[in-house]
Amino acid sequence: MEFYRAHVLVCGGSPCVAAGCRAVRDEIIRSVAEAGIAREVRVIETGCLGPCDSGPVMVVYPEGTVYSHVTVGDAREIVDEHLVKGRPVDRLRHKGEIPAISKDADRRSHYFDIQKRIVLANVGIIDPDSIDEYIARDGYLAAGTALTQMTPAQVIETLKKSGLRGRGGAAFPTGLKLEFTARASADQKYIICNADEGEPGTFKDRLILEGDPHRVIEGMIIMGYATGATRGFIYIRGEYYASIQRVERGIQQAREMGLLGNDIFGSGFGFDIEVKQGAGAYVCGEETALIESMEGKRGEPRVKPPYPGTSGLWGKPTVVNNVETIANIAPIVANGPDWFRQFGTASSPGTKVYTLTGNVNNKGLIEVPMGITLRQVIYEVGGGIPGGRRFKMAQTGGTAGGCLSEAHLDIPMDYESLQQAGSALGSGALLIIDDSHCVVDVAATLLHFFEHESCGQCTPCREGTHRLSQIVGKIQHLQASESDIRLARELAGMMRSSSLCALGQSVSVPLFTIFDHFSDEILAHLEGRCPAGVC
Amino acid sequence: MGGVHVCSGKPASGDSCACDDVFLAAVEKAVLPYRGRPEDLVLALHDVQALRNYLPREALRVVARVLEIPESRVFGVVTFYSMFSDKPRGRHIVRVCESAPCCVMGAREVIDALLGELGVDMGGTTQDGRFTVETTSCLGVCGVAPALMIDDAVYGNLVPGDLPAILRRYE
Ligand SMILES: Cc1cc2nc3c(=O)[nH]c(=O)nc-3n(C[C@H](O)[C@H](O)[C@H](O)COP(=O)(O)O)c2cc1C
Ligand code: SF4
Ligand code: FES
Ligand code: FES
Repeated sequence: MEFYRAHVLVCGGSPCVAAGCRAVRDEIIRSVAEAGIAREVRVIETGCLGPCDSGPVMVVYPEGTVYSHVTVGDAREIVDEHLVKGRPVDRLRHKGEIPAISKDADRRSHYFDIQKRIVLANVGIIDPDSIDEYIARDGYLAAGTALTQMTPAQVIETLKKSGLRGRGGAAFPTGLKLEFTARASADQKYIICNADEGEPGTFKDRLILEGDPHRVIEGMIIMGYATGATRGFIYIRGEYYASIQRVERGIQQAREMGLLGNDIFGSGFGFDIEVKQGAGAYVCGEETALIESMEGKRGEPRVKPPYPGTSGLWGKPTVVNNVETIANIAPIVANGPDWFRQFGTASSPGTKVYTLTGNVNNKGLIEVPMGITLRQVIYEVGGGIPGGRRFKMAQTGGTAGGCLSEAHLDIPMDYESLQQAGSALGSGALLIIDDSHCVVDVAATLLHFFEHESCGQCTPCREGTHRLSQIVGKIQHLQASESDIRLARELAGMMRSSSLCALGQSVSVPLFTIFDHFSDEILAHLEGRCPAGVC
Repeated sequence: MGGVHVCSGKPASGDSCACDDVFLAAVEKAVLPYRGRPEDLVLALHDVQALRNYLPREALRVVARVLEIPESRVFGVVTFYSMFSDKPRGRHIVRVCESAPCCVMGAREVIDALLGELGVDMGGTTQDGRFTVETTSCLGVCGVAPALMIDDAVYGNLVPGDLPAILRRYE
């Protein structure tokens, strides 16, 4: 291996690509060559560093200096000043901390102490296209340990003891899910990684896959071993071109090293993974719709039971887990359940990856222990509300999640506490909205989404989303009365109890939380007035 | 591509059919790797659509034949997924996000400006056949909302004034 005195890691996450990081990277490479230091400085593309709205973002090691908003014009200055003369360019330094990435001690802030990286431990630190770099960070060690030194039952026991729960929305205990499938007897079983990620505001799975694909591949190998499944699939949204390419390359590398295929680690266990591509339908993230789609059909949810655990893909026992859930598996197997339980709360152990969007100063990707408060996330990690505006609303868990008000700022972010407030942790999307926005306008946008994405298979959802959209439109036009609100509640309540899948069932979550937590503002609309001056 | 019609299998006189033999041969070639694998229908349709940015009826017949499934199932799948189109589309597909995180950051103004700039309604194709504008749920780059995607490239942190320069990059 060559020795380099400095490494420049340019973020290649999709938000940074959108901000033009590729051109900046090319200019850095060019300037490094011109300065005659190409043999001393290595420039690579890495995964998301966190502050996605400050892109292009990059970090220079060994100092760990983070630069943000770097333009092509700045590239030469960074090379000449920092890499040639050893003087970091203060003007371009990122304001704020990124744990485990930036190392400047004098810039240490509270932000540093709150975040904890388990899932994102390698993201933004390694070259995601290099299996060697993953292995250098102890990658595939957990799979090796599981396959050669543990029985499948011991793996499942470890996951059960860790208390890991699904990170895709429903929060089902992961160990238990694996156990159902392990117990089912069948000639073929499958593992599916759900990377459909259609939930608006959520982009964590994409950045995990793009930033550390081998972590997900390793998790799936362990899951296969634990359940007796020999084939795995990663179902990725059709629009996520970059994720598809990166994961396919990762699978290829793992195959070449014998980490996928027959007789992995000489254990006698064989497992292989294929990528399946979606084609644009939010409902395909629902596990049974996803299976239908993988069978080459319309992605319409199936009636449950039977659950996929016993009858899934092609009617065979199938485990469906979210990307983030799977990314937790190798660290738990490597470090043990007690290690995992140190983080988070008793009933929600571990960390949660969130994507912060909307009216908040630091937008992007964060990972924090379960149970820290909403206020800490918004004000300490997120840096507060920009432009001197006031916080009005936080929608947790994406479009299907609940809307919380100022009164909820001190709520701990864990499964139970959020559920008590009528909301959910869901997919980890956190949309922050300031007081320049109107809650009814927000409700209209949300309902428009549900109306558009309903698969139309069952009447309560197909007709209900349309009717609710009309009623909210009426409130928006200041033409609604008490009775319209009552009707909307009745409709959404009926949808909750009679819709076939969780799409139709969860429309009530954002709607009721808006009605309940922002009742003054709704009332004002019924009186013909929009307090935010939007409608 | 402006005058492309939905193929009836029989080209109108004087008009050259979108589904000429050369095209249908290309379709056949694209789906052959999936022969007899109905479960790969979605992947096959992605590959066929890449040829012309939409899925003419004749092409769907070829897909159905090679994958050995009923045509009705192929049509059913095409109409279910928003990335597929059975109507002619422009050379570049512009996907705009209308979901809440983008809306909070001003997506509506950007979308209005985009439609104004191109002179089309949502779902429409420009006169010169350059662009088709469609909505999609979240593009997964909400950290740089509002965002849009042209073919496989994503643009973020948009303000209406950014659009002319971005659109100029596409022929
Ligand atoms: C409409 C709808 C969309 C969903 N989209 C996703 C998704 O994109 N990714 C995901 O992991 N789970 C999604 N889910 C949840 C899945 O059905 C399933 O619960 C999850 O993949 C299980 O994984 P977990 O136990 O690791 O959370 C969705 C559910 C519904 C009802
Ligand atoms: S609830 Fe909605 S999305 Fe789910 S099956 Fe019924 S119509 Fe389809
Ligand atoms: S994508 Fe670059 S910081 Fe997140
Ligand atoms: S909400 Fe628009 S890109 Fe995610």
